[in-house]
Amino acid sequence: MASRSTAFSLSKMESRWGIIMAAPAVLGFVIWQLGPMVASLAISFTEWSVVSSPKFIGLDNFAKLFSRDPLFWKSLYATAYYTFLGVPLVIASAFIVAMVLNQKVKGLAIFRTVFYFPSVVPAVANSVLWLWIFNPDFGLLNTALEYFRLPGFLWIYDEAQVIPSLVLMSVWGMGNTMIIFLAGLQGVPQHYYEAAEIDGANALQKWQYVTIPMISSVIFFNLVMGIIGTFQVFAQAYVMTNGGPNNSSLFMVYYLFQNAFEYGRMGYASALAWVLFLIILLFTLVVFRSSPAWVYYESERRS
Amino acid sequence: MVSSSVAINKSTGAKAALGRTSVRRRISRILIYSILILGSLVTVFPFAWLLRSSVMEMGQIFIMPPEWIPRPFAWNNYPDALTTVPFGLYFGNTLKIVVGVIIGTILSSSLAAFSFARLRWRGRDRIFGLLLTTMMLPYAVTLIPTFILWRNLQLVNTFAPLVLPAWFGAPFYIFLLRQFFMGIPFELDEAAYVDGASPLYVYWSVILPLAKPALIVVSIFSFMGVWNDLLGPVIYLTDPNKFTVAVGLAQFTGMYTAQWHLLMAASVVVLLPVILLFFVAQKYFIQGIALTGLKG
Repeated sequence: MASRSTAFSLSKMESRWGIIMAAPAVLGFVIWQLGPMVASLAISFTEWSVVSSPKFIGLDNFAKLFSRDPLFWKSLYATAYYTFLGVPLVIASAFIVAMVLNQKVKGLAIFRTVFYFPSVVPAVANSVLWLWIFNPDFGLLNTALEYFRLPGFLWIYDEAQVIPSLVLMSVWGMGNTMIIFLAGLQGVPQHYYEAAEIDGANALQKWQYVTIPMISSVIFFNLVMGIIGTFQVFAQAYVMTNGGPNNSSLFMVYYLFQNAFEYGRMGYASALAWVLFLIILLFTLVVFRSSPAWVYYESERRS
Repeated sequence: MVSSSVAINKSTGAKAALGRTSVRRRISRILIYSILILGSLVTVFPFAWLLRSSVMEMGQIFIMPPEWIPRPFAWNNYPDALTTVPFGLYFGNTLKIVVGVIIGTILSSSLAAFSFARLRWRGRDRIFGLLLTTMMLPYAVTLIPTFILWRNLQLVNTFAPLVLPAWFGAPFYIFLLRQFFMGIPFELDEAAYVDGASPLYVYWSVILPLAKPALIVVSIFSFMGVWNDLLGPVIYLTDPNKFTVAVGLAQFTGMYTAQWHLLMAASVVVLLPVILLFFVAQKYFIQGIALTGLKG
């Protein structure tokens, strides 16, 4: 009887403290996430320059975005181009380096440090450094090309080259993704490979039938995080290109920033934010929806 | 190779096969190390370029073909860069934000993580799931209403908008700490409860001391978050006396584009704390990142 009542009071105590301890986080969720999200949708239906009071204009902001604002399309194109060129390249190069590092190499810790290091560099310092590397007259890249008697590029100072240049910069900073892959690869049980060897699998087959399925969930994670992250690129535009040349690197968050904080168009910027949100959501959903076809989870075997 | 060769006896055949695999092995080893060394060089080169440029006089920077050894070493680039723009002030500002954010994040996120990992209450997992979905919410969506909120509270141009939200838990860190807390044996809690302890005591005196590595990871990540954040300070801090290091460097870039030697020195200064932290706590960086990916 006594023990039952202590168990009862323990569970009561647990749920009371559980709620109290989670309360700040839940409150934070309401104040910083849910509330602003709803508010931002509401603001997107208004015309609002910060100084005046908001005026309801229905879907006008969205109509303007899609039909009367060529800059929006440019910014959408620049962002999509950056994402769909950059994310696959970053994932592929990170995966290759992680695979190579997983071959029981000597000096693993040193190589891992070197490859990971660029991703701890603050975005601003990184942007300044690459501004200098991309300098067409005195920068590292054109100097190196000249050394091999190759023609130089204009890099971020050319409309057509700016996005590929920024992608190159993001590939250099792929260390974070690489470490996640490496952790995944190191988690693949060795006996799976041994079993495959006994069945006569060659290196390629082991890669195809053991490695890829076993880390497909890590690829999935990196893909989703990569899409969400690159769609929100900002510092490079703010520090390096100012969205140029000729708005060819006018990334969506930068365009949003300009609208909200330089032109004071809060309503229009909120509409832009929601379009960005829906696009990210769409692509994330596509990846999630496609995942059963190619992502393998350990627990599936048991069911 | 020639599979139709008939007359090879078994032992030489095996030897040849062995020789072939060892040659193949050696080639693949060479290939592996070439990729690694070449990749490392490409990765390190920009840093070498940065360092070289930061201790060169303006004239030498622009010499073509470029020279790698500064003649003379222009060490005064550093004091020059630090006085052209008041970086000391910016460091102090950033430090204040960093301290506020780290303490707030650690307390609020570990408290919530403890609740989600080790206390049973109705609706717990559903609420945790809800919190996690916000990791996918672009900050652009919440940016404008949040800004308007701070403006109405007349707290723009203070550190409050950058520090206070950290005191309400961050989903990513809650997730990370919860993962870690789940791995601590539950017998410890039960023993403490039998002795009449409260959950608050178990959280503070049993779990937190055991979770030090995870707390260090969270501190490092939040430090990096503050140090690297550009958009937040750009929006909330317009008074130059309140600038953070990141904003200071960005402004510097806008004003002194021609003075590459000073810009490079300033970039090194901004990089330095991160480099030091990285080499002191490298283990935690790697652990933390691995922890985030594994449960994706």
